[in-house]
Amino acid sequence: MSAESGTLVLMVAGFAGGAGLAFLAPSDRGARLVTALGAIVGCLGGLAAAATVIVTGRPVIAVLPNLVSSAGGIVIGLDRLGALFLALVAAVGLLAAIYGVSYTAEYDGRRPLRFFAVMFNGFLLGMSLVACAANIFTFLLAWEVMAVTSYFLVMTEHESDDTRQAGLWYIAMTHFALVLLLPMFLLMAPSADATTFADLRLGARVLPTAARDGVFLLALLAFGSKAGIVPLHVWLPRAHPAAPSHVSALMSGVMIKLGIYGLIRVTFDLMGGGPTWWGGLLLTVGSVSALLGVLYALMEHDLKRLLAYHSVENIGIILIGIGAGSILNGFGLHALGRIGFAGALFHTVNHASFKALLFLGAGGVIQQTHTGNMEELGGLIKRMPYTAASFLVGSAAIAALPPLNGFASEWLIFQSLLAGTHIPRPEVAIGFPIAVGILALTSGLAAACFVKAFGISFLAMPRSDHAARAQEPHWSMRTMMLLLAGGCGVLGVAAPAVIRSLNSIIDSVPGLSAGEPVAPSPRLWLTMPDGMTQMSPLLIAVLLGAIIVAVALALHVRGLRVRRADTWGCGRIGQTPRMEYTASAFAEPLRRIFSELYRPTEDLSISVHGESRYFVRSITYTSHVVPWFEKAFYEPLTRGVHACATQVRRLQAGYVHVYLLYVAAALVVALASAWWFQ
Amino acid sequence: MIRYLAILAQTLAAVALAPALVGFIRWLKARLQGRTGAAPWQPYYEIRKLFGKEAVVSHTASWLFKATPFMVFGTSVAVASLVPLILAPSDSFVIGDLFAVVYLLLLGTFFLALAGLDTGSPFGGMGASREMTVVALTEPTVALSIVALALNAGSTNLSQIVARTIAEPSMALGPGHLLAFAALFIVTLAENGRLPVDNPSTHLELTMIHEAMVLEYSGPYLALVEWGAALKLLVFLALAANLFMPWGIAVSLAPAAVLMGLVSFIVKLAVLAAAIAVLETRVAKLRLFRVPELLSASFVLALLAVMSTFLAR
Repeated sequence: MSAESGTLVLMVAGFAGGAGLAFLAPSDRGARLVTALGAIVGCLGGLAAAATVIVTGRPVIAVLPNLVSSAGGIVIGLDRLGALFLALVAAVGLLAAIYGVSYTAEYDGRRPLRFFAVMFNGFLLGMSLVACAANIFTFLLAWEVMAVTSYFLVMTEHESDDTRQAGLWYIAMTHFALVLLLPMFLLMAPSADATTFADLRLGARVLPTAARDGVFLLALLAFGSKAGIVPLHVWLPRAHPAAPSHVSALMSGVMIKLGIYGLIRVTFDLMGGGPTWWGGLLLTVGSVSALLGVLYALMEHDLKRLLAYHSVENIGIILIGIGAGSILNGFGLHALGRIGFAGALFHTVNHASFKALLFLGAGGVIQQTHTGNMEELGGLIKRMPYTAASFLVGSAAIAALPPLNGFASEWLIFQSLLAGTHIPRPEVAIGFPIAVGILALTSGLAAACFVKAFGISFLAMPRSDHAARAQEPHWSMRTMMLLLAGGCGVLGVAAPAVIRSLNSIIDSVPGLSAGEPVAPSPRLWLTMPDGMTQMSPLLIAVLLGAIIVAVALALHVRGLRVRRADTWGCGRIGQTPRMEYTASAFAEPLRRIFSELYRPTEDLSISVHGESRYFVRSITYTSHVVPWFEKAFYEPLTRGVHACATQVRRLQAGYVHVYLLYVAAALVVALASAWWFQ
Repeated sequence: MIRYLAILAQTLAAVALAPALVGFIRWLKARLQGRTGAAPWQPYYEIRKLFGKEAVVSHTASWLFKATPFMVFGTSVAVASLVPLILAPSDSFVIGDLFAVVYLLLLGTFFLALAGLDTGSPFGGMGASREMTVVALTEPTVALSIVALALNAGSTNLSQIVARTIAEPSMALGPGHLLAFAALFIVTLAENGRLPVDNPSTHLELTMIHEAMVLEYSGPYLALVEWGAALKLLVFLALAANLFMPWGIAVSLAPAAVLMGLVSFIVKLAVLAAAIAVLETRVAKLRLFRVPELLSASFVLALLAVMSTFLAR
């Protein structure tokens, strides 16, 4: 056994140990610690394996042919592309596991922590193996482990109706993905015993065009529903808020990225890329997801639901990069196409860092205040300064503000879209400026949304007693947030170095790089291939920092006298939280501007005094925004499924002999059809 | 080395000049409206007075409220050091391109909007909400104007854009350039809180946007915020002037060229400032919910700019 596969064994052993040994723990506290310990060992093993593969470029291969040999056995093949995603799983998993020790403390004695240990470690194992799998069976097995364990994690607080609803949506959508994955692999596999990815890669070369298009569409739908593209994202804003926050961080930060991984693996690695319309479709789907994701996020006043919609937005941004890169590659502009792919992969890494950070921050808030409703929060920056500061960094990063990492990756994606004007066919090239407009609007709206999210939740006065009594969460939770906040900064200023290693990953996938090596780029700058456009996040940070420090020093040397007083209030005495702006009020201008899209339902009831209608006793105003595709598409669908289920229920008589009859009938039908087809 | 000193000098010049720009617009507006008006250098007196006063900070405000003025002023100065003012930027040492400029300004606005919410005053929240709405809706126009400029220059580097327009003066009169200029001018009005989007000289709570956000600031903090806002206006006008009409800009460090650059810069600023003053005496403020119509018009202009540049290539 080589050292490389040793790290993988360590990874699997760690996760398995965390799951199994939790049962031996004497107390609930012990179970929590064992859960985390196993996850930590497993994640460190995963990180070591991923780092080795990324640095050396030699894939780690392990074959266990005797395990389920009829399905081709377990085949592990960790290459650079998989290693990138394994590194994401392991890094976020490591932080989430440590965070989880304190976060799940309130479950002591109330919830089955040993069951949670199995599911949490199983989830991490499933996600890691998805990135390592190298044949169909292993991939589907890991995919399904990931799906089922995360379902049970979502259902942790199963006594609430919302959670059960969320779980139902989640398990239905995740199996929708599985149902599409099976025919996709079926189309690709050349024969029943050639199911490794290497076989598929060879087989894809001789696949007819129609089959290739079919595989691409199935991959887009299947992996897209996992990643959360519009309109297959409906499970995200339900499942992410329902899960415990460190699980949400894993699901939103990493699991949906495995949808992107699957899409890249199948479309660009196994199939080696495709015609222009594939890229065009990816670009369109990405643009729509990005814009609709952020627009619906603006209307959410629950912290975690808001963050979940932002995941839809960011997946859209990643797909814009992949789509742009794919189209540019199709026209032979490989050097420019690489900018799109590099931007997309970089944004994948960045989104994992800041979205995990934001979910962990939201978790801290929810643990302390027992609510995620922003209208009941406020003033937390004074009670929870570290959490607030980390959340602020995450907000600025996701809003693509320089010099943080979100800006660096969006800059690359913007540049790849600008490069679209080099395409000789005007009808294709004209789509790129429109995508630029959509991406710019998306990032502007994201900035507005995070002013709302941070400003309403953390600033001004607390709007409820819970918020007024909040304390900083346990130091282990705080440290994880600060680490991720630091990560957002480092990934931002060190962007050129990150792009260098991402380039080596792109080089290892011929469908992405088209076999063209990349010119070495300068250390401090992100550059375009022609060298005419540069931007240095590090220098921007230094410049901005120097100016701010200089001005602050100058002002403090002169002497800055500060007096504390009440907020100015037009002569009224005393300020209460009810006078503050609310999240709904903050988003109201945008709700009106985009009212054609939102079509909010409004309900206003005024009860007046008996004597005179000019004396109002109370006013109740409620307003809801239900996304149109849920009304137009999912409501009829669920109604149809319900109707079918009611019909099918007639089969359920409740008598054993009837069921035995069914079994016998099914056997006869199966035998008869087998005979018929022969 | 001398190049960096020159850039430092021109940045300081812009910082020094910014209050006069605002004062000049106010003075010209007063004259156009038949008032005597304060002298153009009135803002300097105001800033000096504010720096001498104590700052009053609300009990509810946090450290973010105190940090924001530095952030706003810092981003404005940083951006001023990146854009072409008197000297044409060089290719040799580029810190950031046009996207960096736009997103640095967004960083300042982001913090200002948060500070508006920090005091718990409904005015601040109102201002923050409206400002972020307007800013979000201007972003696509800004980005498409960048595309229109970059299409000609083949780069979003400011040095390339300026050099390209100087090399091919006929391009500046092309439809793409003119349309993009019109779009960017509307954005300049919207982003800097000028009429018809926002009225900088009113404190009526129903209409104010920028003034509502900064309502709680006083003393040196207010001075920094106002100075930063003036500098932001100067940067926008400098971009409009030098990216679309770069003539006169100093391409070398020879004294004559620099003097010429300085004079042409001040003349161009004065012309654009006069245009704003005339516009502000002629138009009324739009209702908030009519602003998106103006901004979508500017977006269409920018889109047309891209299309015409694209087809004319």
